Amino acid sequence: MSESANPAADAAEDEEASADATTVAPANGAAAVVAALESADVETAFGVQGGAIMPVYDALYSSSIEHVTMAHEQGAAHAADAYGVVTGTPGVCLATSGPGATNLVTGIADASMDSDAMLALTGQVPSHMVGSDAFQETDTTGVTAPITKHNYFASDSKTVGDVVGEAFALAEVGRPGPTLVDLPKDVSFGETDRAPKLPEAPARSKPDPEADAEEVEAAASVIERAEKPLCLFGGGVVKGDATDEARAFAREHGIPVVTTMPGIGSFPEDDDLCLSWAGMHGTGYANMAISHTDCLIAVGTRFDDRLTGGVDTFAPGADVVHVDIDPAEISKNVHADYPVVGDAGTVLEQLEVAMERSPDAKEWCEQCTAWREEYPMDYAVDADEPVKPQFVVEAFDAATGDDAIVTTGVGQHQMWAAQYWTFTEPRTFVSSHGLGTMGYGLPGAIGARLAADDDREIVCFDGDGSFLMTIQELSVAVRENLDITVVVLNNEYIGMVRQWQDAFFEGRHMASEYDWMPEFDKLAEAFGARGFRIDSYDEVADVVGEALAYDGPSVVDAHIDPRENVYPMVSSGGANGEFALTEDQL
Amino acid sequence: MAGPRPDERPQPTARRNAQGIRIDPDAEAEPAQRTAVISALVDHEPGVLSRVSGLFSRRQFNIESLTVGPTTVEGHARITLVIHETEPGIDQAKKQLGKLKPVIALGELGDNAVRSELVLLKVRGDEPDKVHAITEMYEGRTLDAGPRTITVEITGHERKIDDAVDAFRQFGIIEISRTGQTALERGDSPTTPGEEPGHSAATDDATPNYDD
Ligand SMILES: Cc1ncc(C[n+]2csc(CCOP(=O)(O)OP(=O)(O)O)c2C)c(N)n1
Repeated sequence: MSESANPAADAAEDEEASADATTVAPANGAAAVVAALESADVETAFGVQGGAIMPVYDALYSSSIEHVTMAHEQGAAHAADAYGVVTGTPGVCLATSGPGATNLVTGIADASMDSDAMLALTGQVPSHMVGSDAFQETDTTGVTAPITKHNYFASDSKTVGDVVGEAFALAEVGRPGPTLVDLPKDVSFGETDRAPKLPEAPARSKPDPEADAEEVEAAASVIERAEKPLCLFGGGVVKGDATDEARAFAREHGIPVVTTMPGIGSFPEDDDLCLSWAGMHGTGYANMAISHTDCLIAVGTRFDDRLTGGVDTFAPGADVVHVDIDPAEISKNVHADYPVVGDAGTVLEQLEVAMERSPDAKEWCEQCTAWREEYPMDYAVDADEPVKPQFVVEAFDAATGDDAIVTTGVGQHQMWAAQYWTFTEPRTFVSSHGLGTMGYGLPGAIGARLAADDDREIVCFDGDGSFLMTIQELSVAVRENLDITVVVLNNEYIGMVRQWQDAFFEGRHMASEYDWMPEFDKLAEAFGARGFRIDSYDEVADVVGEALAYDGPSVVDAHIDPRENVYPMVSSGGANGEFALTEDQL
Repeated sequence: MAGPRPDERPQPTARRNAQGIRIDPDAEAEPAQRTAVISALVDHEPGVLSRVSGLFSRRQFNIESLTVGPTTVEGHARITLVIHETEPGIDQAKKQLGKLKPVIALGELGDNAVRSELVLLKVRGDEPDKVHAITEMYEGRTLDAGPRTITVEITGHERKIDDAVDAFRQFGIIEISRTGQTALERGDSPTTPGEEPGHSAATDDATPNYDD
């Protein structure tokens, strides 16, 4: 977005410049950086200005790339991450050196944990000052080495465009992840007349999508023989665009499906075969199925401990077939009896060809259905009592289409959103899974909004604590008039912490009571957004309708039952099948 | 919510061990650790060593030694790592290492591989003849001999180095510096898969040819 007061003149200038970009070679390193982004078809980038990144911004001035100025670099990183999740191509974020770069760190780490493709560009002090503790110097490649797929220190204006193109391509090839290019100011300013090469990942970083035929045969035959087969679809199914193949495979062979939380949307939750997601706050029936399966067909999951509980009790009777594009995930947390290294969609098709018959799983399917009836997901609605958060989630779900996108912060509200929204499409649940970053929701919604078609609803479920962490991004949503609805499930607690204190710290609410929360509806109005408030059940329907109908950012401050806790719950390190349904079962 | 309480639900009795491997409860054994020598051919670029060592510390791999140096191919370096881990740990270390972008190829060396280490030892100079004799015994070299100290260099297999260090203890070791192991596969077998031992030097004039 240009900051100029004359948008019409800007548009004309933009058009001219983009026509030029293809014919005229870049003048300096920064222009080469932008040319590389353009040839990677980057349409939107998120960032904050600053000294060391200024040359790049100057080059963006005459580019067709839409730049969205965020209020904080953490917001830029989360927005880029969510943008990438929704579009399926790497999101791009920019920051200056030092504090700009360190503010990106949480968002980069978040993308890394969730295998989200993202490219971060950071300014750096001029090369001759690197290492001197210069003003706003941080060892950015050092700081981000453990949380990036790879990072680059650009050292030459002539090749910096190639490096940026490679970093972009590397972010999305194979198992996706964030990459970073650190750009010293002299490299950005340095002259070059070389147009960057087309973005391409290094050959040795491109994994073979096809799995070894013997591995596939072995997996196919153990699946055929299984009596209690279970599909476990992880984030890799969504990120690898393998949902069609995954759905076809499970349906063809009548195998029940559980997903991980990042795998939400890989299989429609309203399908009879779907047991929803497993793990700490997953459904009782998904966790019972995990505990009792004799053949777990795990695709694109890294067996996070929030899914497995204690590995000793995870699917203890199962032959584990583990399909993953990243060989390092095989047998990292849970031993794979049948490892299959390859792209999720390709491998599922290979398995399909290799399988001669379906497993005989009729009884097992009946058992899964019985568990579904035995441990239903429900909650009590009492008109005289404070509103239950689950009710609010369901009300928004009912009022929006299948392709609506949900983003969240981290805490109880995230779990309720995941539990009580019925997801049917991939890339519609955009959340911070592996890192669990409070504050992801609002910038995530901004990124998702800019990535998605205008007619799709974007609903952010946030906690009061999480919302406060990145609330400043509301100013961006207002400036850009982004049609998003933030629903703060306000319990005046950092509720998930309170829940653990009740369960494991004898109810001592040390630092978890947030009864000093602002009135979010009024705060929204102060930012220039629409504000709504819910205090009772009879207000829900109207507010849901009005907030969704409003064409711009709105914030619903939903005052929910502050005592409500998230169940079912598998205690950390516990057995999946031993989930608690109430606190006294913990 | 309905449904029986956790303790009333049917639960499987099977178990996995800490590595996630299904176990027979009667035959559960602690996985044994072993020493593995891993050779990685990497792009010789700034930061590669810190990426490798950072990976190892971040993932808590038990690293014994790490050596690095250029090869005959310009732009390539070889990192030799010795780790002491369980079988799944070694497997994981190799896979994680293989994911690093600057890693070109890597392999684990067999027992048969040539391995060597260098140690510098500074001992008291009170008994120069005896020090000399021990140095000779271990085919070492005297690098510095003064009235108060003698510094020697010994190279060879890790066990030989250990023995030599033991033997020098009688003189009082003042300082010691060990490089850690470096290793190559024997004969025609490449040290890392796909590597063509030595050939590059002969075809590329820009790289020094050590046979000259
Ligand atoms: C940045 C960050 N700091 C701390 C935590 C630890 N934490 C996990 S959940 C949680 C409570 C979240 O509270 P809130 O956003 O109000 O959501 P609620 O649980 O009440 O729905 C906290 C503090 C975290 N996940 N992220």
